[in-house]
Amino acid sequence: MLEAIVFWISAVVAVAAGVTVFRTDSMARATYALAASFVAVGLMLLTFALDYLGVIVILMMVMEMAIMALFMIMLMGMNPALMPMSMVHGKRSAAVIAGLVFVGLAAAALLVPWPGAVEAPVADTTRSLGEAVMGSKMLVMLTVSPVLFATIVGALVLGHPRNRYQRYGADLAADHPDDPIDGGVGR
Amino acid sequence: MTLSLVLVVAAALFSVGLWGALSQQVVVMVMMGIELMINAVVLAGGAFWWFTSPTPDGQVLLLVVIAAMTVEMAMGFAVALLLHRRRGTDMTDMAAELNR
Repeated sequence: MLEAIVFWISAVVAVAAGVTVFRTDSMARATYALAASFVAVGLMLLTFALDYLGVIVILMMVMEMAIMALFMIMLMGMNPALMPMSMVHGKRSAAVIAGLVFVGLAAAALLVPWPGAVEAPVADTTRSLGEAVMGSKMLVMLTVSPVLFATIVGALVLGHPRNRYQRYGADLAADHPDDPIDGGVGR
Repeated sequence: MTLSLVLVVAAALFSVGLWGALSQQVVVMVMMGIELMINAVVLAGGAFWWFTSPTPDGQVLLLVVIAAMTVEMAMGFAVALLLHRRRGTDMTDMAAELNR
C-alpha cells in the first residue's frame, strides 16, 4: 500500500516536473524541474525493489543537472535564474506529434495483454545485480566500457578549441605543430 | 499498481520529452527532452523487469540504458560547446547545415 502511494505521488511529480521543464521561463528553474523529475523516477524504481538502480539514477541525475546548469550559464552568457526566455519553434506541431505518440503508447500499454511474472523476485536485487555484472553478464559491461572510453575521447576532440588542421596546417604537412605554448621538456 | 498503468506513466514522460525535444530551439533544452525520453525508457524497463521477469539479468539491461543516457549527455555537451565556439550560438536553427 505504501509503495503504491509513493509510486503515484512520484508519477504525478515526474510528469508535472517534466512539463514544467518546457513551460518555465527560466533555464535554472527548468534544470531544477528536470532534476525533480529524475528524482521522482528514481523513487519509482525504488518501489520496484530496484534499490541500486534507483539510487544511481537519483545521484547521477542530480549531478548531471548541476553540470547542465553550469553549461547554461557558460553558453547563454547570462544569469539563467533571472533572464526569462522562450525559444521555441513548431510549437503546435510538436504538441500534436507528442499527443499522438502518447495516445498510441498509452493505448498499447492498456490494450496489450501483458504476460504475468514467470519467476519469483530475487531476495537481494543489488547483490544479484553485482553477481550478474561480474559473472554471466560481464561481456555486456566489457562492451559498455570501450563505448564510454570512446565517448570521453570523442567529447574531448569535439570540445577542444584547436584541432589537427589548426596545429599542422590544412594539408597536415607542418613539421612542428603551431601551438601557442610548446609542449615537452624545457619549454 | 499494474504494468499497464506504469507504462502509461512512462508513455506520458516519453511524450513530454518528445514535445520538448521537437519544440525547443536551445541545444541544451533539446538534450533535456531527450533525457526525459530515456528516463521514460528506464521506468518502462524497470516496470517490465518487476512485473514480468524479476531476475538479475534484466537489471543489466537497465544499466546499459543508463550508460546510454550518460553518453548522450557527454556528446550533447561537446556538440553544444563546439557549436558555440564555431558559430557563437546555442540554437538548433543556426546549425541546420552540417557543411559549414
